[in-house]
Amino acid sequence: MIFAFYFYPMLQALLMSFQSGAGTNLTFVGLDNYKRLFTDPTFIATVTNTFIYLIVQVPVMIILALFISVLLNDPKLKFKGFFRTAIFLPCVTSLVAYSVIFKYLFSNNGLINTMLMKVALIGEPIQWLTDPFWAKMTIIIAITWRWTGYNMIFYLSALQNIDNSIYEAAKIDGASAFQQFFRITVPMLRPIILFTSITSTIGTLQLFDEVVNITKGGPGNATMSLSQYIYNLSFKYTPDFGYAATVSYAIVILIVIFSIIQFKVAGDRNG
Amino acid sequence: MGNLKRGLTYLFLTVVAIVSIFPFLWMIISATNKSVDVTKGRLLPGSHLGQNFNKLLDSVDLVPALMNSAKISVTTTLLALLIASLAGYGFEIFRSKTKDRIFNILLLSMMIPFAALMVPLYRMFGSISGALPFIGIDTAASVILPTVTTAFLIFFFRQSTKMFPKDMLEAGRMDGLNELGVFFRIYVPTMKTTYAAAAIITFMSSWNNFLWPLVVLQSPGQRTIPLLISNLGSSYSPDFGVIMTAIVIATLPTALLFFAMQKHFVAGMMGSVK
Repeated sequence: MIFAFYFYPMLQALLMSFQSGAGTNLTFVGLDNYKRLFTDPTFIATVTNTFIYLIVQVPVMIILALFISVLLNDPKLKFKGFFRTAIFLPCVTSLVAYSVIFKYLFSNNGLINTMLMKVALIGEPIQWLTDPFWAKMTIIIAITWRWTGYNMIFYLSALQNIDNSIYEAAKIDGASAFQQFFRITVPMLRPIILFTSITSTIGTLQLFDEVVNITKGGPGNATMSLSQYIYNLSFKYTPDFGYAATVSYAIVILIVIFSIIQFKVAGDRNG
Repeated sequence: MGNLKRGLTYLFLTVVAIVSIFPFLWMIISATNKSVDVTKGRLLPGSHLGQNFNKLLDSVDLVPALMNSAKISVTTTLLALLIASLAGYGFEIFRSKTKDRIFNILLLSMMIPFAALMVPLYRMFGSISGALPFIGIDTAASVILPTVTTAFLIFFFRQSTKMFPKDMLEAGRMDGLNELGVFFRIYVPTMKTTYAAAAIITFMSSWNNFLWPLVVLQSPGQRTIPLLISNLGSSYSPDFGVIMTAIVIATLPTALLFFAMQKHFVAGMMGSVK
């Protein structure tokens, strides 16, 4: 099944990426599609957006999730179950549903602006959805809200497997909480951190639901994601399956590059 | 630990918890309010839930969409659990060099983004539409088939199987059970928590799936819940109260499932990380 629905389509896509034409009338054009990538302003914009999401969102989310899970792992903490459930709750929502909620929360006369103005943090409404910078921020805030709890669960599970006697020993040796975190927790969790950072990277590169439902990719192409661009190329305008497949391969190549980098970074810390 | 530090910990966790819960509360409150009140940012429950609900039923095909979603999600979950657990069991219990290699290749498929598969998959289903209309474009089967086997789920079951007491399988074989008997009579009942966690993950992702259904389900009668909500959310004169009611209804099944199986879920996730 996996071969039928993953690897066969991958080969198909590879073939198609060398073809061009409207709809199903595809002809071989060699590397033309790949050349087009580098001069296509929309493609460059979507790649830039994706990079910004990645560089800002993934580290913020991972550090936040790690921090929360370390706090929650404290055996003396009360209301642990409540905090854990509350923070995991966003993961229960559908991407579409929460996107629509965020769209209203962050609209010009939406609740976020109203509240910020009431406490006089801002003088006039922030153009969350129509300003290129703030629109990107809205998407980043939305994704962080949705996925932090998800990553937290992985860290919590892993933390519970660390033998408490290691911490006891460190305390006796006089290690501060700060030192314990960086000398014990982070190294012990390295495989899980690697796992979550790779899955988050893949997730970000595949971003679609949020962008489509919060900003529709706008203003201009300021928030458009790679997946949305592929969707638009194949199903919205005159279908150009060949070029869409080329953009798909660009994502695959990006994912491979990022994964290698992440493995390298994690590996170097080992040595 | 100092009192100040303890206090800061609680303060921080409380803020994070409020931020996490707030959009939910707002969604539920808004579902009971008039559209105008929602835009004004009213934070108190209103009395318009019934009206919103009726309007929703009148304006869109809510019930068919719920049925479509339910049909797709339940089938996907059942099939996915069966296939992935058999595969995970097989990979772990009957290990060999070749199988390990195949497994590594399978893991590669986790790296392939769905967007990269979308176009060829669409063409694939398009071309079989003529010969096999019941699994072609615009059918529930076309949504289910590509999502039913995932390397992630096989990986998840394989990891959990590592902890499985192998003597129990031996005992079962000695008692004369065949391999499928061992699997269904011994393995499945002992792995309940793993199944629960896997079921929640699969059901949620299937219930909430948006991109692929958006591509293959083209007639309004086939629409699933996320497609319906996306459509409502992008209409020109949105009735916010009605939309919020729709979102609450769409979120209920996954939220209830999660709360009902929360204990098993956490236990199952932990088993897989070990």
